Amino acid sequence: MPHDHHDHPHTDLPSEPSLRVKALESLLLQKQLINRDALDEIIDTYQNKIGPQNGAKLVAMAWTDQSLKQALLDDPMPVLQQLGFYGRQGEHMKIVENTDDLHNLVVCTLCSCYPWPLLGIPPSWYKSDAYRARAVREPRKVLSEFGVDLPQATKVRVWDSTAEIRYLVLPQRPAGTEGWDIPQLQKIVTRNAMIGTEILPPQNGTLESGEA
Amino acid sequence: MKRPHDMGGDQTDTPVRSEPLEHADGVFDQPWHADALALTLACGALGQWNLDISRHARECLAPEDYRTFTYYEKWIAALADLLVERGVISQMELSGETPPAQSDLSSRALKPSEVAAVLSRGGPTNRDTDTSPAFSIDDSVLTRDAGNKLVAGGHTRLPSYAAQKIGRIVAHHGAHVFPDAHAHGLGEMPQHLYSVAFKAIDLWPDVANSEDKVILDLWEPYLGVPV
Repeated sequence: MPHDHHDHPHTDLPSEPSLRVKALESLLLQKQLINRDALDEIIDTYQNKIGPQNGAKLVAMAWTDQSLKQALLDDPMPVLQQLGFYGRQGEHMKIVENTDDLHNLVVCTLCSCYPWPLLGIPPSWYKSDAYRARAVREPRKVLSEFGVDLPQATKVRVWDSTAEIRYLVLPQRPAGTEGWDIPQLQKIVTRNAMIGTEILPPQNGTLESGEA
Repeated sequence: MKRPHDMGGDQTDTPVRSEPLEHADGVFDQPWHADALALTLACGALGQWNLDISRHARECLAPEDYRTFTYYEKWIAALADLLVERGVISQMELSGETPPAQSDLSSRALKPSEVAAVLSRGGPTNRDTDTSPAFSIDDSVLTRDAGNKLVAGGHTRLPSYAAQKIGRIVAHHGAHVFPDAHAHGLGEMPQHLYSVAFKAIDLWPDVANSEDKVILDLWEPYLGVPV
């Protein structure tokens, strides 16, 4: 029986998850198959260098440059390569635009596919069984749990990331941001808005750069 | 039989809770989560498997484990299983019955100076092909039943909820590595990849809005012509 529990080598590891990781790491270090500094470099990359700030900058740029926005919607890869927003789990990006008529939502029902170079590592809820099960079946109900209540006139498009195409939602630019520059705009673009579980609220228009 | 990872459309009332605001920007909830991710990526760099094999290893966890393990527990369990299956470590080493032996692969261990390049290089899956796509934009297609047709019980990326459903081609992405083959040592076997839009009303009995759609990226072997 190929899926019998006792056939799985991992059952030889400690049951406490943090000890299990430590045990495996320790063995691999002794066999010189990993390098602890390299692990720390990977962690530092996704903790501090690659995250939703990349996607937020891209969205702010798209909001302020119509031709860039069109290029991103048509074929984003050349632009992303140029901006350095390319890499693992972002090799084949598609940007989908929210409008008054259309709301996009991204999920991976089979695992946890997510556009790493633009959003970093996915949040826990994105990887949860509940989100993976429900986003495709009852997206409006899921959205309402995030405080997004869509009018019936707005159509929903749920993108299930079943291949290596990765999706980023281009949120609508909120009212009250007229005349803002890219650094101001990128501060109000949230990770959830780029997954599709948030609609960016109107701004009061009096915010100064750095105080958002 | 549907496996636990194939959960799209499963009926549950569990709320999807956004994390509390104070954790909104936290990348890893626990330090060992970060270690689990880093270990997985570093071991991937040893070159003993590909992403499809790695996904399949997680799917092959015992159903009970898949359902009860947290996210990174699945990763670490699947990683341990893969390392043993591929002979990178032995079960005896893992259980502590024998001391760690020297490995021929140690020269391939990921170095700190290589991390940035490895992560930014990625692994594109598009491939050249001599075959013409069987479908065009706006074509109506019928998905086949779910399940790997090359390897019984093998890896596939056609979710059960979208099997034997009628959809419409909305994009063609050229040929991409075919996971159903690639996860099982059968080579890349590139196949045309399409985005296929399904009306929500064609997938689910109770739909909040008949204009809503679900779009999936599906390889040509998953698709047929509706009768």
